[in-house]
Amino acid sequence: MQFFGGSDISPSPPAPTASGNNAHMMYVFNRNGVCLLYREWNRPLHTLNAQQDHKLMFGLLFSLKSLTAKMDPTSMDKGNLGVPQLPGQGCSFHSFRTNTYKLSFMETPSGIKIILITHPKTGDLRESLKYIYNLYVEYVVKNPIYTPGAPIRCELFNTSLDQYVRSIS
Amino acid sequence: MAAIYSLYIINKSGGLIFYKDYGSSGRMDTNDSLRVASLWHSMHAISQQLSPTVGCLGIELLEADTFDLHCFQSLTGTKFFVVCEPGTQHMEGLLKVIYELYTDYVLKNPFYEMEMPIRCELFDINLSQATQKDRVALLGR
Repeated sequence: MQFFGGSDISPSPPAPTASGNNAHMMYVFNRNGVCLLYREWNRPLHTLNAQQDHKLMFGLLFSLKSLTAKMDPTSMDKGNLGVPQLPGQGCSFHSFRTNTYKLSFMETPSGIKIILITHPKTGDLRESLKYIYNLYVEYVVKNPIYTPGAPIRCELFNTSLDQYVRSIS
Repeated sequence: MAAIYSLYIINKSGGLIFYKDYGSSGRMDTNDSLRVASLWHSMHAISQQLSPTVGCLGIELLEADTFDLHCFQSLTGTKFFVVCEPGTQHMEGLLKVIYELYTDYVLKNPFYEMEMPIRCELFDINLSQATQKDRVALLGR
């Protein structure tokens, strides 16, 4: 796992599979459901105001996680539906696809959730999310004036994120 | 090991009208399957609200760590979803076949009441044939 790797940003970003900007938006939540970061690149449709939208997204992920934990066909003991689980506990999910978008999801051991919403035809983005997590560790966690749990306002992180997201397809 | 773990059919209001398990470990009881079905109904609806572009019809494929969930929604709002091994192919085709069986053996059954649990012998028989592993493979040809 790259989570606890060395101090430089992971070896190299996963090779982009094609060019063009396919990303719609990105969310970062902490384990309490606070939206630390919301970036938007291409989103023509807004159904709700920003705060409601973040709440709905966190609620969707939370419920989908309890759904997958309960549905897991390979484990014998699944616990009860809706009981909150620790990060890494129970069966989670890494992406879902609708006809208009694909949502890729990663949860770190500390409960940081990274959500990237892209074009539905995008391939597996698990490696890309790990790379984004590494950017977060480098530019946000190691930033001495950043207080954990506060919304991310870090110019360097935003620019490197924009640059990286533009390269993934 | 089975390629398909289970099949659910839910009506347009999220009620479970059909559930079949093909050998997942740690079986769910009736209450759990009902809850899971209505939870899926809500998640499907919420995913449409969060779409960045217009015209979203809800989740088609959910990729979890140990399974894939393929969902097909008919025009009338009935949802069919299968839970299968990760990476199983031709599930869209299978869902279409199951939908066809549903229209033939359930909707055309004069004793079937709409939106109620499905108890049709012919549907069960044809369904078990359709979900056999080799038949699923044939759909891809």
